[in-house]
Amino acid sequence: MNIDSENIEKNRMTFWEKIYLPEIARGLGLTFKRMFRPKMTRQYPEERWEPLGSYRGRPVLVEEGGKERCVACGLCSRVCPALAIEVQAAETSDDKERYPSKFEINMLRCIYCGFCEEVCPEEAIVMSKDYELVFTSQESAIMTKEQLLVPVSELQDRLEFLRRYK
Amino acid sequence: MDNLTWTLVEASVKAFVILNIVLLGAAASVYAERKIAAFIQDRIGPNRVGPFGLLQPFADVFKLFFKEDIVPRAADSFFHRLAPIISLGVAISVYAVIPFAHYIEIDGTRYYLGIAPNVNIGFLFILAMTSVGVYGITLAGWSSNNKYSLLGGLRSSAQMISYELSMGLSLIGVVLVAGSFSLNDIVLKQSGFMWNIFLQPLGFIIFLVSSFAETNRAPFDLPEAEPELVGGFNTEYSGMKFGMFFLAEYANMATAAAFISLLYFGGWQLPFPAEWLGLQEGSIGLAIAQFLVFLIKIAFFVFFFIWVRWSIPRFRYDQLMRLGWKVLLPLSILNVILTSIGVLIFK
Repeated sequence: MNIDSENIEKNRMTFWEKIYLPEIARGLGLTFKRMFRPKMTRQYPEERWEPLGSYRGRPVLVEEGGKERCVACGLCSRVCPALAIEVQAAETSDDKERYPSKFEINMLRCIYCGFCEEVCPEEAIVMSKDYELVFTSQESAIMTKEQLLVPVSELQDRLEFLRRYK
Repeated sequence: MDNLTWTLVEASVKAFVILNIVLLGAAASVYAERKIAAFIQDRIGPNRVGPFGLLQPFADVFKLFFKEDIVPRAADSFFHRLAPIISLGVAISVYAVIPFAHYIEIDGTRYYLGIAPNVNIGFLFILAMTSVGVYGITLAGWSSNNKYSLLGGLRSSAQMISYELSMGLSLIGVVLVAGSFSLNDIVLKQSGFMWNIFLQPLGFIIFLVSSFAETNRAPFDLPEAEPELVGGFNTEYSGMKFGMFFLAEYANMATAAAFISLLYFGGWQLPFPAEWLGLQEGSIGLAIAQFLVFLIKIAFFVFFFIWVRWSIPRFRYDQLMRLGWKVLLPLSILNVILTSIGVLIFK
């Protein structure tokens, strides 16, 4: 008698298991109990989920004192694996000397990897908690500088997270 | 009006009412199925359309009505259209012989609640019609000209042949005990809590298992086993033709539930003497009470069907055949022999 012939369904199951009915009754009992457990469902449009600081949502530009922190070094654009970021630099009389005259992120290309945030020397581009991204056309998915600017006060969770773990 | 016209009018009114009850019942079971499935999986289930999502099945049907009706170019279009009509037509026609309550007596005339509950072959009619139902599925599978549909249709007919035998044989026990093929007689024999389940426990289990196979419900839903066969026999159906198969499945489930409660759980018989309610035999009040009791029994078995579907995984094809031929068939023959001996001794 070889090993394979011993490990067949007939030999694996006991008599009561082969009858099926007691096992089926046990299974039914289990599912019946589960019917009265608390539900896991989140009723989305009414109940929203608030992400933690570690969440990588829509990338945004940090706005401080009414202006962007960005100095238009172009590192984010260079590191972006999906080629989603376009930066054009210009001169300014401010301390930082350079600013982006054009800063666009194509949200159809963005893969939310967070490389731009990681490479940024000025902490000027960070990932926000915004996950509700809906566009009605390809053009509207390209976010301009004005759409990307978010006041620094709204990004404290993420900045705190970056200081601790980056 | 002469007698024949009057009979026809009476039957049409009853048919109209029963048709609406059946379709509403099917809608209610669709809702129940989705809710119970959700509860078992720790979800809430449909709750957006109407209060508690109660209008969800109607929303589903409206959606199906507005969907494009696709017939594959390679399909046999006549049979492709005929198949869902057979399925749903047969599922509904079974209700012609089901008694929903006993009778109402007005001016000495007895109005039975059911289109033809006293027909003396009612029992055979249901068995015959449920077997015809498999033609709908097999034709759907064959006419779609799709290998998965064809496999689904073939499985359905193979399953029907294997389980019809033990189902019929297990019911012989009920007929032997009642001594009649008329459904009303069978129900009347069970008065005073002498339900057939106590006399025929083995037959009941065989019939219950076979009716799961007969209605193509899990754990015997091999004709539409979606992981193996895409969608089974209804892969190539869309729009309301799919909707008809869908409604037929739920109407069949309700039929099986009604049949189980008629044959084994006393049908419309109240579980206590009617005198306790102070109602006369033949009064409208008693008929309503009987109808409600019958509905509760049906609802329980529909719940049971759904409960089993969301608890037990699908049987493998060879396990299904082994169970049908090697277990249920011998047991049902044994049941017939035991019942015959019992009837001989005690009558």
